[in-house]
Amino acid sequence: MKATENILEVHDVIKSFHDPVTVQVLKKVSLVVKRGEFVSITGKSGCGKSTLLYILSTMDTDYEGEVMIDGEPTRGLSGERLARIRNEKIGFVFQFHYLLPEFSVLKNVMLPGLKLGKHSTQEVEHRAMQRLRELDMHDHALKSANQLSGGQKQRVAIARALVNDPLIIMGDEPTGNLDSKNSGNVFDIFKSISAHHEQSLLVVTHDNDFAARTDRIIEMDDGKVVG
Amino acid sequence: MRLLLSIAITLLRAKLKQSVIAAVGVTFSITMFVTLLGFMNGLNGLLDGLILNRTPHVRLYNELKVSPQQPIEQAWAQGTAAGADSAHHFIRSVKPKDELPRLRNATAIMQALENDARVLAVSPRLVAQVFFNVGTVDLNAQVSGVDVMQEVRYYQFRDYLVQGDPQDLVAGQNTVVLGKGLADLMGTGIGENVQVTTATGDRALLRVVGIYQSGLADLDKVQCFANIKTVQKLLARPGSYFTDINVKLKDILSAPALAKEFQARFDVDALDIQTANAQFETGSDVRNIISYAVGVVLLIVAGFGIYNILNMMIYEKLDAIAILKATGFSGSDVRRIFLLLSMVIGFTGGLAGLIFGFVMQNVVDNIPFITAALPTITTFPVDYDPKYYIIAVTFALLTTWIAGWFPARKASQVDPVEIIRGK
Repeated sequence: MKATENILEVHDVIKSFHDPVTVQVLKKVSLVVKRGEFVSITGKSGCGKSTLLYILSTMDTDYEGEVMIDGEPTRGLSGERLARIRNEKIGFVFQFHYLLPEFSVLKNVMLPGLKLGKHSTQEVEHRAMQRLRELDMHDHALKSANQLSGGQKQRVAIARALVNDPLIIMGDEPTGNLDSKNSGNVFDIFKSISAHHEQSLLVVTHDNDFAARTDRIIEMDDGKVVG
Repeated sequence: MRLLLSIAITLLRAKLKQSVIAAVGVTFSITMFVTLLGFMNGLNGLLDGLILNRTPHVRLYNELKVSPQQPIEQAWAQGTAAGADSAHHFIRSVKPKDELPRLRNATAIMQALENDARVLAVSPRLVAQVFFNVGTVDLNAQVSGVDVMQEVRYYQFRDYLVQGDPQDLVAGQNTVVLGKGLADLMGTGIGENVQVTTATGDRALLRVVGIYQSGLADLDKVQCFANIKTVQKLLARPGSYFTDINVKLKDILSAPALAKEFQARFDVDALDIQTANAQFETGSDVRNIISYAVGVVLLIVAGFGIYNILNMMIYEKLDAIAILKATGFSGSDVRRIFLLLSMVIGFTGGLAGLIFGFVMQNVVDNIPFITAALPTITTFPVDYDPKYYIIAVTFALLTTWIAGWFPARKASQVDPVEIIRGK
């Protein structure tokens, strides 16, 4: 595989909200993310950056235009197929950790891997442990998610996003709930992911310091890419 | 699927109290369902047995009746055809012939029936009207001459014999088993002699060897049993003289058809059990419908409980649903998780219900139930047929599946973007 391969391609995406009146929030957005690239999307609140991210994540299917993930157009695919793409090729980190309190930290990380079904349970457990170790969370593997601090939870959430070795990791304000120290930690983790594993990162943030340190900044304003 | 099941079970364990309450609802209804059906059908069996055990599936007999076509009408028809004026005749009917109520050719008929593959047992009967002479009073009674061992084997004769042994009836000549009511009226008991007078005026002395109680008081006042040879001797008739042939079939449902066939083939009258006892079947059906209705209503109530609990759980678990979907679980995976959750509640609740149901059936089975009408019954009757357990479990799974389906569908339609962006 070439290092310049396009992991994510977006052509002329238009998104409108219809309630209560029709408002176009994305106006012909186009962008490309290459393998191993660390890209941030910034812009004012309400400029449509999160809306764009959820379209790219395949979770929002109500849009016009074309989104290609790993060369495969996602428009019109079945819910099953899209779920499979999210499972296999995309890792998510949100502002809120969304760990399941009923499961242990390890099981939380393992769930997407078990769903993928590519490896045996032992293998998935081994890989999950490895991710936790990389994030220095392996000591907490058997704790319940409720027993961790905010920064720790976010690190577990990152481990969960990484467990299936996705092509791209998408983040929606992943540092939004963290203090500057933890925020710096998360950035370092992201940076090393893109450097060592050749995985792409696409992070929506309004933290300008965070954005400034990424490879490329996509700036949005009023539903359009401005820079 | 195993992954989905383990997620479902983990979610259940996190809400253990609510899950247990939902399962207890199912357990309660299944327990009631199984107990009620077992009890109702035990009762049905008992009540049906009262009549059906002792009733032959097909009874062959010779009925006294007027000629279906009166001779005068034949003559009349010929006369009118020949052009005679219309006139009126005063001859109403020809009375029945003075004919013995015996079955003609009874031995040959029995032979033929015994060779018929559809027939389980054939037993002859000779029914005689007699009077028992008690002091100056004559009591009207009916003595049935029976093949005692056939009666014991196929008509539960022994169950209704409250005193005495059927063997005595086989062995002894001039022995009789009296109905309980009749014996009480005569103030007599086992070992005593009673005097009988036949319709033709012959007298004989019979020794009482048993007391019979059918549970139908009117019947017990007139019904007596004796060895068929004794009755033949009493009536001074030969050994081939029978008034009835009782047939027990392998398949009771074929009785109406076979009754018609025998009637045509042997030129006798035939009465099948369904025609003779139509009201019993209706009673059983109604009792069955009532118990099924109660059971199903209970299950539906339990279903609503499950529906409520699942609905609540889905609202509490919106975050979990959203993240499962974001990390690659499809809508149908989520639906399956909640359906499985519901089915686990239904299955465990149902299984516990079966166990409690069995216990309750045993409890009912041991409640004393003593009635003079039913000499062989000491406790409430219960039917332990596994059929009811299978029906109960099927119903339980079906109800919980339906109760789980709607909340599960709602969960599968949760839009993760809405949940995640809402935070």
